[in-house]
Amino acid sequence: MSSVGESSRRKEGPEKLTGVAKYVDDYHLPNCLQGVTLRSSIARGVIKEIRFDPSYDWDSVVVATAKDIPGENYVYLIEVDQPLLVDREVHHAEEPILVLGHKDRAKAYEALSHIEVEYEPWDPVLTMEEALVGKRILYGDDNVFKRFEISKGDVEQGFKDADVIVSKEYRVPHQEQAYLENNGMAAWEEDDGTLVLMGSIQCPFYVHKAMLPLFAREPEKVRVIQATTGGGFGGKEEYPNMIAGHAALLALKAKRPVKMIYDRHEDMRATTKRHPARVRHRTGVTKDGALVAQDIDVLMDGGAYVTLSPVVLSRGILHASGPYECPNVRIVGRVIATNTPPNGAFRGFGAPQTLFAAELQMEAIASRLKMDPVSLRQTNLFRIGSITATGQTLRESVGAENVLDRVLSRSKFRQKKSQHARWNGSKTKPTWRGIGLATVFHGDGFTGSGEVFLRSRAGIELVHDGTLRIDAASTEIGQGTTSILAQIVADALDVPYDWIDVETPDTSKVPNSGPTVASRTCMVVGGLLHKAAKKLKKALVQAGANWPLTREALATSAARACGKKRSIDFVEQYRKPGDVTWDEETYRGDAYGVYSYAAMVVDLEIDKTTYEVTVRDVITAQDVGKAINPLLVEGQIIGGTAQALGYALLENTVVDDRGVMQNAQLTNYIIPTALDMPTMDVTIVEEPYSKGPFGAKGVGELPMDIPAPAVAAAIYDATGLFMAELPILPERLCQALHDSAQS
Amino acid sequence: MRGDPAGMRVLQPRTIEEALDAFARRPSAVPLAGGTDFMVAWNAGGENGRVILDLSAITSWKRVRVSGRGLRIGALTTHWQLQHEASVKKHLPLLAEACATIGGRQIQTRGTLGGNIANASPAGDTFPPLAVYDAKVRLRSASGRRTLPFIEVFEGVKKTSLGAGELIESIDVDAPRKPTRQLFRKVGTRAASAISKTVAAGLLWTRPDGAIRELRFALGSMAPTVKRLRAVEAFVAGKKPTGEVVEEAAALLEEDVSPIDDFRSTRFYRLEVSRNLLRAFLK
Repeated sequence: MSSVGESSRRKEGPEKLTGVAKYVDDYHLPNCLQGVTLRSSIARGVIKEIRFDPSYDWDSVVVATAKDIPGENYVYLIEVDQPLLVDREVHHAEEPILVLGHKDRAKAYEALSHIEVEYEPWDPVLTMEEALVGKRILYGDDNVFKRFEISKGDVEQGFKDADVIVSKEYRVPHQEQAYLENNGMAAWEEDDGTLVLMGSIQCPFYVHKAMLPLFAREPEKVRVIQATTGGGFGGKEEYPNMIAGHAALLALKAKRPVKMIYDRHEDMRATTKRHPARVRHRTGVTKDGALVAQDIDVLMDGGAYVTLSPVVLSRGILHASGPYECPNVRIVGRVIATNTPPNGAFRGFGAPQTLFAAELQMEAIASRLKMDPVSLRQTNLFRIGSITATGQTLRESVGAENVLDRVLSRSKFRQKKSQHARWNGSKTKPTWRGIGLATVFHGDGFTGSGEVFLRSRAGIELVHDGTLRIDAASTEIGQGTTSILAQIVADALDVPYDWIDVETPDTSKVPNSGPTVASRTCMVVGGLLHKAAKKLKKALVQAGANWPLTREALATSAARACGKKRSIDFVEQYRKPGDVTWDEETYRGDAYGVYSYAAMVVDLEIDKTTYEVTVRDVITAQDVGKAINPLLVEGQIIGGTAQALGYALLENTVVDDRGVMQNAQLTNYIIPTALDMPTMDVTIVEEPYSKGPFGAKGVGELPMDIPAPAVAAAIYDATGLFMAELPILPERLCQALHDSAQS
Repeated sequence: MRGDPAGMRVLQPRTIEEALDAFARRPSAVPLAGGTDFMVAWNAGGENGRVILDLSAITSWKRVRVSGRGLRIGALTTHWQLQHEASVKKHLPLLAEACATIGGRQIQTRGTLGGNIANASPAGDTFPPLAVYDAKVRLRSASGRRTLPFIEVFEGVKKTSLGAGELIESIDVDAPRKPTRQLFRKVGTRAASAISKTVAAGLLWTRPDGAIRELRFALGSMAPTVKRLRAVEAFVAGKKPTGEVVEEAAALLEEDVSPIDDFRSTRFYRLEVSRNLLRAFLK
């Protein structure tokens, strides 16, 4: 009875489709207050006084400030530098200063307008370049949150051996996750003194851990439940720690449940975004296109606090050299402190930034060598036995050449390219046409020893009545977690998919299977459940079960296996595969257990009158190891492509003189609509990974990495304009055409 | 949501007379004629405490009446109706086209032409077509009626010349004689739910010898209000659209518009693209 490889119906699909599913704001909590946040209007300075309008009736309002925090005033993450509420010093505009609650949400917002904050403003540092000058120090002694270096071979010797050296600078902007449901959280205290948080989250145990120091509580006195969640994309990885702290603080002070539901303006202005980056490449190549030296400098803007920036930077530099083998590599990465709202996790997690630069650099090199960009890639692409920048030997599941071959043939790349050249040769045509290519890789799961430190646990509960229930903290955020985990378990047990239940991610009910991030859920958590299912099956066999199993026979053998117990848990814990090694100090070794690979061809057209870019066709092949649910994989690829086409062409975060997003609404921050989507040709490639369940690797982030450089390459093909900064807005194309006509 | 539903007062007149009376008594009320822009501001908390005059019961303002070549478009006609109304498609195709580019389908079925005009956004997509059609706006208040040339309705960003207690009753347009060429083009960078960076409408009549008899060209989003390009129109009248003439005309575009840099676009881009649209239309 095979379930893996089938496009089974989503477990939670019918509830979402019929409106039965409850998001956090749909819950009726008796006697609940609506919480809102007072945020700083300045980017940097000191709070001198907070004044409450004496003529306003404060009786129906509950206010909580930093002084009400029973434990330590920090939001636990990699470091403990970020306060839950500003006590004195403001580090970025929109930083939370106090929270207040009223039973009516509009009244709560109104109350905010009766509070006045007096500041002593200090000069802020709003850009990376300014921070590096070091005139004003915000962090450490040089404003650098974290620096990493990767080194392989001898770069200087490599440049001596090169026939040609190509140097370019690339820039990528902020990007907003733009999940359908804004951040939202509810909090209350149970009669037994348990603090309960329920909200729109990716990582229940992150929130759980963050509550302990804030409220000086034992782990068993905090419970975190995931409500149905309307998208995350990383935006609900770490930020929920903050909003949960605010809701809990207010709930404990008011002794009533509190809901904090952000509206779109606040969510866009105040919560985390993708890190902007500047990436510089200096590449040495031989005249026949072999890479001999890569010198790469990566700079990311972390914003005002450390948050997840060191790990974002880490993934960024580990992908900065692209899916290519080069004997001599030096990559230096730094993430910088500025007085802007902190940046954080977003699908791709540093890799889309550096892969945009790496892939467009290949176009620059090909153009300089007058070489076909396809041949240049084929010459250098990873294959079995290739050694990466960290010295990792790729031993299996390398689909790079395979995906490239597929898109070349399916897109008729070379034929289209010459057709477009003919089209562009005609002055009377209303458009320019171009076709572009990119090839990327994406490391699956946590970087380096990350998975080892996580020690993830996941299990299956066999109840005496024959109920089979998956217990994991991995969240369904629209990507299909519950369905694919159930498919893996169903297949391993050789029972129908419908027989598998999935427990709600609730820290009081499930083991900590780690955060739902880093393209790890299917490969890592799915892998644990696959093992657990095999043990469970063995137990059923011992209890006398025969296959094909009936529900009655399952109940009988379950009852026999359980004996006097209500249920038995089959829980597995992550163990590092023996042949994987990683040195955190030197950044040498196996950065990831395995990588996924993608190739993409983008065919587009640019209007000569308006400079608007219309993407006509996207042809992609993506190697995911094994598609547990092909329709969901295709959904990830199409959705990720849409998000990345927005990154490439439309999404422009306009920042004001306080470092805050000025166009913080979906009317003016332009993400693509369904009508903007091109036709898509998706090929799923399966180069199995021996340590993944049924060969599966990851797919969540991979599609986000690849469209932007393919779009820029196609624009280069169409117009000869090398657009090294995203987004490639019509305004920028217009200006670039004007400038190139001038020169 | 920062809008306060508990504090919202809604007046619901059942007839035109009731509406005019209510508005005369409360001239600070917001007439609601679709509300697709108003509700965005309301949701952000910017309109709390405002009294709302809901016009949705006035069905006689939801129709298009035709007499000869004259169209009287009721103020409460939706963008969706206007796209599908045979008389509009036939006589005022640029207006029908414009209505199809407003927001998305949900906005089009709720938003109305009168609401669009009274809202007086610099980016109103129906405005360039109404400007080149030389539309008139019929206003009505408890004390009477008056008619204004369409372009004179606007005094600035979100500002109209409507007096206290005045409602838009209809938009009156005479179908023009058949133009040689016509244009509507909205430049908004995505396929739906976009706000214009520039939006153009043009009508052109030529003489048998190829010279331009008359040009009417209007731009939106290029100034605080919609603008007819009077200098360009006067310059090209009677001339053949040679390369030189077209370039001179394009250079005159700036006489009538004053686009700005804002978070939607740049002055440079708006001017470049508007000139390109004019050039392509004249050639």
